Amino acid sequence: MTASPSSLDGSAVLNFAPHVRFRFDERRKAWIVLAPERLLLPDEQAVAILRLIDGKRDVDAIIDELAGQFDAPRETIADDTLPMLQDLVDKKVLRR
Amino acid sequence: MTATEPPLALLAELTHRCPLRCPYCSNPLELVRAGTELDTASWRRVFGEAAALGVLQVHFSGGEPLVRRDLVELVAEATKAGLYVNLITSGIRLDGERLARLVEAGLEHIQVSLQDSDPSSGDRIAGLAGAQQRKRRVARLVQDAGLPLTVNAVVHRQNLHHLEDIVDLAVMLGADRLEVAHVQYYGWALANRAALLPSREQLDKATATVEAARARLAGRLVIDYVPPDYHAHRPKACMGGWGRRFLNITPSGKVLPCHAAETLPGLRFPNVREASLAEIWYHSDAFAQFRGTAWMAEPCRSCERREIDWGGCRCQAFALTGDPVRADPVCALSPDHALVEAAWLEAGEAAPDFVYRQFSTAAAAASLSQ
Repeated sequence: MTASPSSLDGSAVLNFAPHVRFRFDERRKAWIVLAPERLLLPDEQAVAILRLIDGKRDVDAIIDELAGQFDAPRETIADDTLPMLQDLVDKKVLRR
Repeated sequence: MTATEPPLALLAELTHRCPLRCPYCSNPLELVRAGTELDTASWRRVFGEAAALGVLQVHFSGGEPLVRRDLVELVAEATKAGLYVNLITSGIRLDGERLARLVEAGLEHIQVSLQDSDPSSGDRIAGLAGAQQRKRRVARLVQDAGLPLTVNAVVHRQNLHHLEDIVDLAVMLGADRLEVAHVQYYGWALANRAALLPSREQLDKATATVEAARARLAGRLVIDYVPPDYHAHRPKACMGGWGRRFLNITPSGKVLPCHAAETLPGLRFPNVREASLAEIWYHSDAFAQFRGTAWMAEPCRSCERREIDWGGCRCQAFALTGDPVRADPVCALSPDHALVEAAWLEAGEAAPDFVYRQFSTAAAAASLSQ
């Protein structure tokens, strides 16, 4: 697949799109994402990424933070994080 | 057997009244009249029960939910209960003032139906003159209100040749998302199958059009594609499995595992007037009937995909074979798969006239029983 016109780079600053809710569900004791036509139940790794989305940090800073949190090589973290963030931007759950 | 999980989403069919008469409407052939609709207080109670049960999203639908005069109040109540509120509408009758009140009440998203890109064809399919023009105005209102907009285009043999134009129109209308949904053949759509089912050639072209549009519009328009399951090799996991994720409440308060479930024989669906949603979800016979895998016959029972597709669709199995326990005939492993293949032959013949959705009359009953 060729890179989409919206391809993310490390300097992109992301936030949740308007009317997307990322919140903790007390009933399930789990984080959830509520969005138009979407209901996501992110796994632990995805939750760790999404909790760093604040409209201020850029993608590089998020990857650095996660590399520290998980004591893992930056490259490994980037390989997991970038495709997920790209997918959520493509689905309009996140936006620049 | 694993424990029953709480439902994720509720489809609240507030009414069957609708200004449109689409011949593939997902409502049952026997429509509920205004006089037997649940009142405001009952719906308000239901939203509280739904949230307590674990429901996260509520889709306000119909018929046309905008015909309910208490819609703003219901949106406010559902929001207060903690539910994420989506409105599924034709857009007919929506004005800026009412939309502003809905947004203020907590509405998060609107899905507007589009019958075709061409106005005269769209009006013919919707069965209402001027429908298309009003939708264009509504899309602008939704954009101005800052709400995300999904355009829902139901596609079939009489509009698939306009699919590229439908995509362009969705972009022009400022939609964030376009849902291209092939007709699913139950109820009204099944009665109109010969007028709606596309040819394989049309379908392949549509799939290619969607793929090209997705690549071209990445980052601008999200396109969700619901392929027609008559073409599939394996059945869809209908509703994510019976009684696993989803519940539907009809205008008169019946609680169903899916909107077509009333077509099945021998099931009695509980009503919110007589039991709580939690009792219905966890303890009613109707929800237990096809939940999990214990009800399955072969070839489903020993199939390695039994907990992936959950046997496909019970309503489709019954509609095509007369037995709701049989495998969904869409599955190539079903002994009844030839029934689906035979339906494709209809697509090669001239399309008959539509049987438009309407409240039941002798004339409609006669045309549907043919």
